[in-house]
Amino acid sequence: MVDKSTLIDHSIGTSSIWKPATIASLEKLTKRIMRVKLSTDEWKPAVAGQHIDVRLTAEDGYQAQRSYSLLSTVEEIGSYEIAIEYLTDGEVSSYFHENAQVGDSVEVLGPNGGHFIWNSVNTSPVLLIGGGSGVVPLLSIVEEKTNSESSTPMSLLYGVRFLEDIIYHQHLNELTERHESLSVNFSLSRETTVPSLPQYHPGYIHESLIRQAQKHLTNNDPIECYVCGNNGFVESMTTLLQERGMDNIRTERFGE
Amino acid sequence: MITRGFSGPRNKKISDDGRLPPGQSLTTGFPVLTSGPTPKVELDSWKFSIKLGVKPIQSWDWNSFNQLPQSSLVTDIHCVTTWSKFDTKWQGVMVDDLLSAAGYELDSLPTRFVLAHSVDGYSTNLPIADLIRGKAMIATHFDELPLTSEHGGPARLLVPHLYLWKSAKWANALQFTEKDVAGFWETRGYHMRGDPFKEERYGG
Ligand SMILES: Cc1cc2nc3c(=O)[nH]c(=O)nc-3n(C[C@H](O)[C@H](O)[C@H](O)COP(=O)(O)OP(=O)(O)OC[C@H]3O[C@@H](n4cnc5c(N)ncnc54)[C@H](O)[C@@H]3O)c2cc1C
Repeated sequence: MVDKSTLIDHSIGTSSIWKPATIASLEKLTKRIMRVKLSTDEWKPAVAGQHIDVRLTAEDGYQAQRSYSLLSTVEEIGSYEIAIEYLTDGEVSSYFHENAQVGDSVEVLGPNGGHFIWNSVNTSPVLLIGGGSGVVPLLSIVEEKTNSESSTPMSLLYGVRFLEDIIYHQHLNELTERHESLSVNFSLSRETTVPSLPQYHPGYIHESLIRQAQKHLTNNDPIECYVCGNNGFVESMTTLLQERGMDNIRTERFGE
Repeated sequence: MITRGFSGPRNKKISDDGRLPPGQSLTTGFPVLTSGPTPKVELDSWKFSIKLGVKPIQSWDWNSFNQLPQSSLVTDIHCVTTWSKFDTKWQGVMVDDLLSAAGYELDSLPTRFVLAHSVDGYSTNLPIADLIRGKAMIATHFDELPLTSEHGGPARLLVPHLYLWKSAKWANALQFTEKDVAGFWETRGYHMRGDPFKEERYGG
């Protein structure tokens, strides 16, 4: 494992040079989310929460580039793992879902991002709130915590439409069993058969869930919040948090 | 390096007239990118200041700010997250007019750099040359309507020829600094200047 504390203290590992990369694997995590592993010779370690930019070039020279959060930052050296949600008519996402094949060439820039990041040396309690694919950088933060055996209290509120939309569903439940300081709750806005277990909730993420998470997170330090999803989701969640007196909030917005 | 299987946008709308900077795509919407929650700014307590270092030079409340000469700007805008929007329409006070109302001459400004500040503690650094001679304004209206809080209302800096993180939302001060001091995103790995046509996205 790479020592990442030095990265936080210094340049936070920014990079502004495009590097050739190849698609090493493509795997559907849910109906709409594809995990893409990109391998590159010019690999650099990342901090949980960071993203890479991915650039595609068509034969006529046309290029498109988009940002994707890293799904994991403790992966093997030499590759980056991202998770791309399928958007109808989305230029880049539909390439990955419909046309991409293992071995295809792309370019990557990064890892970048020095704000929406978390390092296991932090001890303030952490509240993570993700909607849909907005959970991706939060999953890398959860993994950073569990992997480093940090005892920092952390709570993930994960909003999706249906049970089948949850990324790493089983894995998240297993992690909460193994790590007492981690709690994960799922909000299922459209699901008709919500499991009758305490971590599943019908509807959107609402005030009582946030209150419950706040309880789980009591140590004496103020709670650090990370909210990620589309803009509407981020706006409504940050409003709820502020109403509950939490104003240490970092946000990342994926789209309208 | 060609990406096999990628043929570009389905319905091509690429502009070849050089208006779209490299790596950007056109949007018709208006996405929001902010590092934290959207602050709610009350007009009653709103204030905009010009400072030289820590020294206050001039400040305006909402009413007196709106007495300053008003200008309109139709311009393209470019966000570092790769969307661009053409022909956006803004109204507000040009930085030129603001500086002259504060008693400055454009030919003899006190330093070469400024930090733009926001009510939520955000800041971003700019060479003053990027703000003057018609290049930038403190915008209060978008598309003829008062600027919404999501997009930085009641007032934001607008520096359309640089990536939008330079156009500080909820702006409340311009501060002259001796040196080019990195602002919020700049200390977090983003470029010191941020020219979209040179793709100055990330520093270092
Ligand atoms: C820091 C950061 C991290 C991100 N991390 C992730 C991540 O982990 N996973 C992820 O899935 N995404 C992530 N995103 C979003 C990602 O960068 C892309 O925006 C997303 O994949 C959509 O790109 P696209 O090319 O597929 O869609 P685009 O072609 O850019 O289209 C975007 C939307 O507009 C719609 N659209 C396209 N053309 C039209 C048209 N002509 N008229 C009307 N609507 C149209 C599409 O259906 C789509 O909904 C992140 C964004 C940022 C800024």
